[in-house]
Amino acid sequence: MTTAPETSRRQKREAAASANAKNADRRNGNGKKRTNRAKSEARLGWLIAGPAFFIMLAVTAYPIAQAVYDSLFSFRLTAPDERSFVFLQNYQTILSDWDVFWSALGVTVLVTVVTVAVELVLGFGLALVMHKALLRIRGALRTAILVPYGIITVVSAFAWYYMFDINSGFVNSWFGWVPGIDSDLDWFANFPTAITVIMASEIWKTTPFIALLLLAGLAQVPDELVEASKVDGASWRQQMTRVILPNMKAAIMVAVLFRALDAFRIFDNVFIMTNGAANTEVLSLLAYRTSIGRLEIGLGSAVSVILFACVLLICVIAIKFFKVDLASGTDAKGGK
Amino acid sequence: MGQSQGSPRRGRTVRAAGTALAAAILLSGCSDTEDVPVLTWYINPDDGGQATLAQLCTEEAEGAYTIQTSLLPADAPSQREQLARRLAANDSSLDIMSLDPPFIPELAEPGFLAPVPEDVAERTTEDTLEGALAGAMWDDELVTVPFWANTQLLWYRESVVEEAGLDMEEPVTWDQVIETALEQDKLLGVQGIRAESMTVWLNALVESQDESILANPEAPAADLQTNLDTEPGSRAAEIIGTIGSEGLAGPGVASMDENQSMLLFQRDQGSFMVNWPFVWAATNAAAEEGAVESELVEDIGWAQYPRVDEDTASAPPLGGINLAVGADSENQELAFEAIECIVTPENQTEYFITNGNPPSSEAAYDDPALEDDFPMADAIREALENAAPRPQTPFYNEISTAIQQQFTPIAGVDAEQTPTQTDAFIVEVLRGERLL
Repeated sequence: MTTAPETSRRQKREAAASANAKNADRRNGNGKKRTNRAKSEARLGWLIAGPAFFIMLAVTAYPIAQAVYDSLFSFRLTAPDERSFVFLQNYQTILSDWDVFWSALGVTVLVTVVTVAVELVLGFGLALVMHKALLRIRGALRTAILVPYGIITVVSAFAWYYMFDINSGFVNSWFGWVPGIDSDLDWFANFPTAITVIMASEIWKTTPFIALLLLAGLAQVPDELVEASKVDGASWRQQMTRVILPNMKAAIMVAVLFRALDAFRIFDNVFIMTNGAANTEVLSLLAYRTSIGRLEIGLGSAVSVILFACVLLICVIAIKFFKVDLASGTDAKGGK
Repeated sequence: MGQSQGSPRRGRTVRAAGTALAAAILLSGCSDTEDVPVLTWYINPDDGGQATLAQLCTEEAEGAYTIQTSLLPADAPSQREQLARRLAANDSSLDIMSLDPPFIPELAEPGFLAPVPEDVAERTTEDTLEGALAGAMWDDELVTVPFWANTQLLWYRESVVEEAGLDMEEPVTWDQVIETALEQDKLLGVQGIRAESMTVWLNALVESQDESILANPEAPAADLQTNLDTEPGSRAAEIIGTIGSEGLAGPGVASMDENQSMLLFQRDQGSFMVNWPFVWAATNAAAEEGAVESELVEDIGWAQYPRVDEDTASAPPLGGINLAVGADSENQELAFEAIECIVTPENQTEYFITNGNPPSSEAAYDDPALEDDFPMADAIREALENAAPRPQTPFYNEISTAIQQQFTPIAGVDAEQTPTQTDAFIVEVLRGERLL
């Protein structure tokens, strides 16, 4: 869709183009020279976006480059004189460590897959509820659903920890009637129970985020299409799978991508609840423990770089293979 | 602007008065802030005792310096992280630091700590208890000044030992402790959480057999050799493993730190506990608040840390806080002056009474005022004579983390396998062949 001022601008531009064939060439990408107008537009673009662009470079690209550089050294903060260049040896150490690195990567992937899948289902349900809710309670309902998302992750991690903690928690006594739960169950002592609590806390906290993104997607589905399918006699299930979901694909993919990236970097819940005990270590925690705890800047940077590479990989897979269009609905969309 | 409406004369007077006032402010400002150096003391959290001492010594310095405290994170590993980062970045604000002894070598080795002047070393360690003094050294030199020293005692319930017929005047062994708990179906207060306390426990068990976890603690990382795969190491693992597999530390052992084990000890199933002296003040406070029954306090006794062998004296854990001066501090001389003021025996006694942290100076125990609040002061002094520091190496953090990972959960500790695996694991980590 184009707005009125945009349309008039384009008309003017087209008028100018017909007067000058070279201009037309430029707009098709064939021209060598740029008009003054194009130049000043480009300059304005840089003036507007430039500061943000350079600040982004300074605060993201520079630290990333520094981490990549550091990862090539054997460098311990408390032994500054023994710093030495080891090229890719840190990566070799990490990638050949099945007990620590691959285990942490496995746990991270498990958490990502399970939480995103569960959140998608729950979030879609919540989005439907919010979408269909009566106007009178809509505001209150949306606020209520968003409350967990507004809570600081560390705070929610502590809340969940104390809920399940064998010494201070109430879960064991409230749910003692459930088979397998009794007053002697230490949730954080074994992997299956510990990871369940960690994932439950993660799901509870971030489902509202997915629900919100999906709600935006639901709102984009044209009512006429749904009504037309109803008139054609489509069942609720058919309306969902044939009309609503296909029209929401972009929103769903964006939600999945954002949450997957987020879930892959999980840190707070694990740090607070088990600090990596019971084999619940994840990649972010490993990076933290290596760089900050052990003060091994080289090795820790290498873990961080690998973590970053994994995140990039998820992005590439999502964008190339699942065709997530992050720019849908904006002018930046290719070909417009 | 206002002056244009008044007479020129009045304007001049006002201006002159303003200048005089400004000069006065500037001058007084100089004498207040620039002449008196401010020493920053990075303190670990306590009950306010270090802040009080800072104030006291500032007053005693009579304008020579002012001590300002700055609070470090709650747990020792986080304190180490913050101090190490600041020291590595040449932070000149680290005038005085409260350091946990096991991390001293790591900070002393790269020269992050200013050397203690000989005269200061002499005056501040005249009567320092042996264990505390050992913890303050690195490479045969005093690199920190001992402030307060901590150690663990064996706490017991009178009712339990009475029933078992144990004579607590005589040394007790871990076997006796375990047997009694098993017989009476009671629980033991030990620290089974994956944290620093695990290394504290294992080190005490190994040192109590006249062995050390490290064969050559001063060697560089690649040459360090561990001693766990030995008879003493396997015996230590057996004690920890038995307590774990018999469920003697209760179902919550995996999250049992010092505080949780105290709470366990206070319950009906409590029998014995190895723990720092803070439990005494905490239990008394709980009794006063009514959180525990008041008879409980009467039922609590204390003895020296349990032995492993009947015939070898135990080597209790060593903790506490030492004071160090940053190598980049601009006020090193004054900082050592301030440290001398802080660690006087009188101040240590006062700190013990108000904050519950035992002195490192022997003379500080002579104060009769201690008897009322800390009837176990003599036992603490004796334990500090025998206390053994944890491995004193710049790679302590690696070794401790590796031990914590291998020895938890304690139910899985095996006398045969765990020490061997831990030895191999530590060596590989130190050589940079694997992650931790």
